[in-house]
Amino acid sequence: MLVKAVQVKELVKDYGNFRAIKGISFEVNEGEIFGLIGPNGAGKTTALRTIATLLQITSGSITVFGHELPKEAGEVRKIISYLPEEAGAYKNLTGREYLNFIAKFFGEGEKFQNIVQKGLEIANLGERIDDKVDTYSKGMTRRLLVGRALMGNPKLAILDEPTSGLDVVNAQEVRRIINSSVEAGVAVLLSSHNMLEVELLCHRIALINDGMIVASGTAAELKDKYGARNIEEAFVTAIR
Amino acid sequence: MIGNIVKKEFKELFVLSTIIPVVVIAIVYGGIGQMIGSFEERVAEKPIIGVVDRDAGNFSDIAMSVLSQAAKVVYEGSDVEGGLEQVKEGNGVALLAIAQNFSQSISADSPGEIEIYWIMRGVGMMDSISSGALEALIQAVNQEISKTLIQQGSSSDPALVLAPTRRVETTFFKGKEIVGLSPSQLSRMLMSQSIVIPVVVMMLVIMAGASVISSMGLEKENKTLETLLTLPVRRSQIVIGKMVGSALVGLIMAAIYMIGFSRYMTSFQSSEASLADFGLTLGIHDYLLVGISLFTALLAGLSLCIVLGTFAKNYRSAQALVFPITALALIPTFIIMLKDFDTVPVVLKVVVFAIPFSHPMMAMRALMLDNYWLVIGGIAYTAVFMVVMVAVAVRIFNSDRLLTGRVQRGAAWGRLGWGFRRQ
Repeated sequence: MLVKAVQVKELVKDYGNFRAIKGISFEVNEGEIFGLIGPNGAGKTTALRTIATLLQITSGSITVFGHELPKEAGEVRKIISYLPEEAGAYKNLTGREYLNFIAKFFGEGEKFQNIVQKGLEIANLGERIDDKVDTYSKGMTRRLLVGRALMGNPKLAILDEPTSGLDVVNAQEVRRIINSSVEAGVAVLLSSHNMLEVELLCHRIALINDGMIVASGTAAELKDKYGARNIEEAFVTAIR
Repeated sequence: MIGNIVKKEFKELFVLSTIIPVVVIAIVYGGIGQMIGSFEERVAEKPIIGVVDRDAGNFSDIAMSVLSQAAKVVYEGSDVEGGLEQVKEGNGVALLAIAQNFSQSISADSPGEIEIYWIMRGVGMMDSISSGALEALIQAVNQEISKTLIQQGSSSDPALVLAPTRRVETTFFKGKEIVGLSPSQLSRMLMSQSIVIPVVVMMLVIMAGASVISSMGLEKENKTLETLLTLPVRRSQIVIGKMVGSALVGLIMAAIYMIGFSRYMTSFQSSEASLADFGLTLGIHDYLLVGISLFTALLAGLSLCIVLGTFAKNYRSAQALVFPITALALIPTFIIMLKDFDTVPVVLKVVVFAIPFSHPMMAMRALMLDNYWLVIGGIAYTAVFMVVMVAVAVRIFNSDRLLTGRVQRGAAWGRLGWGFRRQ
């Protein structure tokens, strides 16, 4: 039987009295890019943080490659990589030192060297890799962080708004990196409020609004279902 | 315009999290002040003494007259041991024994001998107030005898007129009989244990504590915490890693500080004798205990700092959270400087014992005086304190609080259980 990369069933997440996620279910297959799209405050980040073992589950269930959360959170952390939306790196380290620091959690010796090498290639910062992170532009920092997220060959990469705040050139480069990782076998779960970008990048999409999934499928299926020219139009129609 | 900015700044800074620590510390310091009492009251009190007059001559009569007027005499007789018991029971400061040939000796241009048996209870600054008062009283005895010698013109030796008595001192301190030292001399010699060590421990705690709290604030401000928490490493290892890293930074900073401060303090110390001459030394096992006490207290303090650090929203709010640690480090520092642990009221004893940083401050002095139970008990307490705090920290790291400032109640908590689960 094919093991799903992610299985989310009836997930509910409360912050005190506020219900941020109201019973969502979806699956991510191996080797696919699955996009959660919706407006700010729809519950995308909460869903990703919960799958990334950062937040506790109020009710429902999550399994990642067959490992159940929160019981097997330790096992899940070994096979995932999470890139938060506004992530930063340690400012007193150089880019190379930061990649070394993270790589040490994933391997030693030759494996460690290979992980760092891959991180350096993805980040593609040239000589600036030996400068302190503090001196990097937003685009350089994001490329470093994407390198960090994908260098360890995770089975699942959870990317929250991976191109957020980047210019067109940097955003396109990050999308290229994500695509090439998927070709190497990584499953990607990403969120974005940039619906046109998601249409270009994702194999399947779930439209999330007010903590609920209002529709899911391939971009073509969703456009067809709502008679829309693009996903943005499909989303607006779906939430009416 | 300015009013608008002032209003915004006030609203941003005057929040509950900054007010509560200040109020708590104000109450604690107020309480300490009240319990210790005022210096003035203590100085004004007559010293409680016992007197043995083996001479009964004209000069010893003068001495007895001065002593009975300016001191509260609880024993007057001929038995030194019995007198000492009564002075101890009466919470007195010393027994003075005037030598048999006191008056004859002075008349023969040789200083009269007064044996002083000091009962020393502590080496804090306030503990020496009573002995200081008696020192002043002995000066008064000397002055009265000098006056008589001048009036009678009975001595041609100016040195004798200026110093007509000679003191032979023995100090009883926590079961030890220290011959040839007065409490003030002993206090001066123990200054390193009374002042230098508490100050260095205080600086170590504050510097290491500030490092760990700031590190938590920076993790949140730089948005690196989420990445760290999704790496394949146990929460307990993150907590302990942060503690040990900060402890190393604190140790380096404290070592630099200690070099300067100990050189400064050395300038005040007398070179009259060495503590080893009076049996007040530490063996290798004692130094080992001091080291363990310092290490456990530092880790206990840092574990508390980690818990506090989880409340930091950013670097700025982390700075405010250092304040409670600073206050907690200052309380035992001041108490130990002013009073000995054995001489403070019970409530303060509980406060001092409960603050983990107190124990390394007291350890060296306690071991010098063979008070092993205080040191071993302190180590056991700080170890338990550290384990509890680390468990609390790991539990917080396993909860939503670190990222959201809230706690997930209900079933998820039950499933997670206590912090040391391998996650």
